[in-house]
Amino acid sequence: MSRIRIEADPGRCVGSGMCALLAPGLFDQSEEDGTVGVRDGAPPDTQRATAAAAAAARCPAGAIRIGDG
Amino acid sequence: MADALPPPAPFPTVRDTPLDPPAALGRLRGSHPVSRLAHPDGSTGWLVTGHALVRQVLADPRFSSRTELLRSPVRVEPHEPAPPGVFIGMDEPAHARYRRLLTGQFTVRRTRALAARVERIVEDCLDTTEAAGPPADLVRTFALPVPSLVICELLGVPYAFHGDFQRWTTAMVSTASGPADSRAAEEALTAFLADIVAAKRAAPGGDLLSGVIDAGALTDEEAVGIAMLLLVAGHETTSGMLGLGTFALLCHPDQLALLRADPGLADGAVEELLRYLSITQFEVAARSALEDVILDGRLIRAGEPVTLSIPAANRDPAVFADPDELDITRVPNGHVAFGHGGHACLGQQLARVEMRVAFPALLRRFPGLRLAVAPEDVPLRHDMPVYGAHRLPVAW
Ligand code: HEM
Ligand code: SF4
Repeated sequence: MSRIRIEADPGRCVGSGMCALLAPGLFDQSEEDGTVGVRDGAPPDTQRATAAAAAAARCPAGAIRIGDG
Repeated sequence: MADALPPPAPFPTVRDTPLDPPAALGRLRGSHPVSRLAHPDGSTGWLVTGHALVRQVLADPRFSSRTELLRSPVRVEPHEPAPPGVFIGMDEPAHARYRRLLTGQFTVRRTRALAARVERIVEDCLDTTEAAGPPADLVRTFALPVPSLVICELLGVPYAFHGDFQRWTTAMVSTASGPADSRAAEEALTAFLADIVAAKRAAPGGDLLSGVIDAGALTDEEAVGIAMLLLVAGHETTSGMLGLGTFALLCHPDQLALLRADPGLADGAVEELLRYLSITQFEVAARSALEDVILDGRLIRAGEPVTLSIPAANRDPAVFADPDELDITRVPNGHVAFGHGGHACLGQQLARVEMRVAFPALLRRFPGLRLAVAPEDVPLRHDMPVYGAHRLPVAW
């Protein structure tokens, strides 16, 4: 199975929390200003890769990118 | 080359069925997802009805949110700039400066921590409902007070003032009080919020407002503006969802039975009710072009206002299978009920917590919940920016 890589840009992030809601194991929000942080940039299993893709699709700021690992 | 457009037409507001958007919006989405709009003040603008196009405009900074540049599609209003702190009506960089002060307070983690308070508030309001009936008006005993009391928590309103706060917020959003009453209520609230801000400066508490004042180097006017924005954006919307969401479930007994049997479906039910009801009918997601923009082959000129129909976008068959069906098990559910882009709803995680707690608790408390009037006799907010029920008489 090919690995994927998750990147999130806190500069674009608007702190909506969709990523932390849909994929809490992969994304986190900073306590200070609510912007995104990636907890795990290279999730091994398909289930979490699907969650990452769902978060990227729902992110209102287009701040999440998913590339090949 | 895109085909010729029909001439500018008034914004459709008439619904054939209470829970579906006006059919004319769906027809436009099929034929002309970017169409010309005639405003009541005689000016013209644009109406966008397709899901992808609505998202595209909301994510494009060439479309401004500045209040003085927007036009209501249904009424003539003065065009004044947003007051200090009311950042929903501002563009960057002013908007981000305020929003960043608040985003840390609205994270998924922070709002989940509020869940215990929300549960308490919901149970209290269910007690009031039970004592009032049957029958009882669920809008008055439940849908209006729950979000109002949650906002009291955010703003750190002392308990002794919760009654006043609720009276004013209710008067501000209901049509039963005429325009003069709602203006008086708004003035009373503004004065009250100024007192609260002064009190938080003198003795900060653990509430969100104290945190913002502490972090922000804000003027009093700005702090009051932020507090008023949270109230205006968070009260009418969430109470609309609680009232109309209950009405929708009662009109779809199969879906209600599913949720009752498995409260684990509450998350999905909340997303689907947000999509299906799309209560922000007009004025809430509005923009104005700052420069000439080509959108779906149409030239939108600098200065032209754009109305984005969230109800039409959330029923787009290109995105949702059987879009007119209420299906609480629908996945995925990429609705735009909270908007999209830089102004996407700041309070969406809090609103989700309120609804996820409130609907299952209501069904638990009243196993025999039913409408106390015929569905067609439930009075609805057809002509108001935030759709909902004026009253929802229920029995159990
Ligand atoms: C179910 C309930 C709610 C719905 C349907 C809703 C819907 C929306 C929508 C569509 C927008 C985008 C407006 C635009 O793009 O011009 C928005 C913005 C906003 N909402 Fe909500 N909202 C809800 C609840 C709340 C709550 C509970 C709060 C806070 C306590 C809140 C605070 C805000 C704020 C501050 C903004 C402006 C964000 C900005 O301009 O950056 N909302 N909301
Ligand atoms: S979904 Fe996007 S905007 Fe929202 S917190 Fe995550 S990265 Fe930020």
